[in-house]
Amino acid sequence: MDFEEAEAKELLRQAGIPVPPGEVCRDAEAAAAAVGRLGRCAVKAQVPSGKRGKAGGIRLVSDPQEARAAAKAILGMEIAGHRVERVLVEKCADIAQELYVAVVNDVATRGPMVLFSRSGGMDVEDMADRIVRIPVDIDQGLHAERLTNVDKDVADFLVRLYDLYARTDAELLEVNPLVRLKGGGLLALDCKLTVDDASLFRQPGLAGKGAREKMTELERRGRELGLKYIELPGDVGVLANGAGLTMTTMDVIEHCGGKPANFLEIGGDAYTKAEGALGLVLANPRVRSIIINFCGAFARTDVMALGVVEAWQKLKPSLPVFFSVHGTGEDEAVALIKQKLGIDPFDRMEEAVRAAVEAARVEKA
Amino acid sequence: MIVRSSDRVVVQGMTGKQGSFWTEKMLGYGTRVVGGVNPKRAGELHGGVPVFASVREAAAKTGGADVSVMFIPPAAALAAAEDAIGAGVKLLVVLTEHIPSRDVMRMHALAGAAGCRIVGPNTAGLVTPGEAFVGIMPAFNPRIFRPGSVGVISRSGSLGTLICLNLLDAGRGQSAFIGIGGDPMLGTTVADALHEFEKDDRTDAIVLVGEIGGSMEEDAAPTIKAMRKPVVSFIAGRASPPGKKMGHAGAIVMGNRGSYASKRSALEAAGVRVVDTPGEVAKALN
Repeated sequence: MDFEEAEAKELLRQAGIPVPPGEVCRDAEAAAAAVGRLGRCAVKAQVPSGKRGKAGGIRLVSDPQEARAAAKAILGMEIAGHRVERVLVEKCADIAQELYVAVVNDVATRGPMVLFSRSGGMDVEDMADRIVRIPVDIDQGLHAERLTNVDKDVADFLVRLYDLYARTDAELLEVNPLVRLKGGGLLALDCKLTVDDASLFRQPGLAGKGAREKMTELERRGRELGLKYIELPGDVGVLANGAGLTMTTMDVIEHCGGKPANFLEIGGDAYTKAEGALGLVLANPRVRSIIINFCGAFARTDVMALGVVEAWQKLKPSLPVFFSVHGTGEDEAVALIKQKLGIDPFDRMEEAVRAAVEAARVEKA
Repeated sequence: MIVRSSDRVVVQGMTGKQGSFWTEKMLGYGTRVVGGVNPKRAGELHGGVPVFASVREAAAKTGGADVSVMFIPPAAALAAAEDAIGAGVKLLVVLTEHIPSRDVMRMHALAGAAGCRIVGPNTAGLVTPGEAFVGIMPAFNPRIFRPGSVGVISRSGSLGTLICLNLLDAGRGQSAFIGIGGDPMLGTTVADALHEFEKDDRTDAIVLVGEIGGSMEEDAAPTIKAMRKPVVSFIAGRASPPGKKMGHAGAIVMGNRGSYASKRSALEAAGVRVVDTPGEVAKALN
């Protein structure tokens, strides 16, 4: 779950990490009033995405009039698919030096990693070769005396940042830039926080504060049903079990010259949810044919097939549907589909997918 | 990480619905399940298998445990792993999906310090056809698994199952199936599994079933270059949009990192035959 800058900075503030004085504003008048109080400010779009500056979502202003104009321009903007509904109006700092610091879950070492660079403020991709990587023993945590290559105040900052990362079950906590002020002292000028979705159950204080995810109506319905549904622009509806098999079904659709209408997998514990899942596939008006591809390991194909048959009998769709069914429970599943739907599953998934792609093409014509 | 019929296996969470179902399947297949764990039902017999309060107790009372497999929900997974690692198992198979990342990292740190190998998290398990299996794979289905000489490595259980089925259709059985898991931070990587098959006498070719996300396939390229045995690969996710988690927590493309093109070109440069559909895997082996 991604957090907007203002929410992340509130957490920094609570952790004793210095951030610039600022106010979150929902309209131009509030932004003007804030600048009246704070003086020279940055007006910053609040969306859970990088590249805000490049998109024109960050402007420097000197007085309330400029603030009003900047807020008017930024509010309502679309940045990386997110509509800007709030701006953070934040007092400008006298910057002597820009640094980069972050703590991430590192896949290669399977542990926490502190990242540090003396040149901050730019895209992290553009400075990869200048970043120092410091692996952290997760059971010992980070201690300032280990950070011998950085200034004492930066070391202290990193320790606080690491503790917040650990406490919030973050995947990524990044301050870019961390600035050294002309008058001395450090300030977190921008902040990015991503909390591990699998940890939200034990982060009740954070779960409600994250940015709303960009989702289509069908994706929202999928989430409510506890299903992983991703809407796609094509017309071949997909129902499969397991992430790998579902992605592969989409791959073979494209290989056969078609376009998938969705990703939807009912593997793992979701294998009992075939009925609701099929309803979701059918609810997409672009769908012209359906491929149902089951390969049961943990997920029993007989249970999934029963869900499909029940949904089919209830919804009585007129779309062509094609099956490939293998693995755990296969014999019962195939018999059920033949008997209740009068459809013979294909023996090879490629053949079933090809038939579904062809049927979508015919329906379209 | 190739499971043998002599390996002494403990099942954590054995008395639950899935634990019971799969323990029966494992026993029926020939897996040497010596005990199960459920602190509330210690001392009972469940499906003919003794239940213990912990893996430590199971190991102490049954003459040692080599492997533990966890049918344990995410919030309890770290404690269960600590128990198994503390009991001295050499191999810990973590089936659980959606374990908090912080707990996964602690698990890996504990296992590393104790010399225990973790397979997973979010793996479908390990199969050695004709011998034993640990996890949630349809090892017992003779249309999918039969003894042979192809080593199969897969991040996905369902897709791995399909590939094994295709191999058998073409008359190729498997020396072993190693499900490495769909999580981003795995105890056993593609490269680890390749090393295992390279030194396994019964394996003469390897099928690598990869997927988008992370850099495990790219990282394995130097290993493959140095191997004697041929490797064929299918990589899932070519048609997946970037920036979205495709079911598996690890299956996400960020920028160019983890992309299909990056994996395919790295593997091909290392001499791997990468095929476009799962149905072409067996042909590419010949």
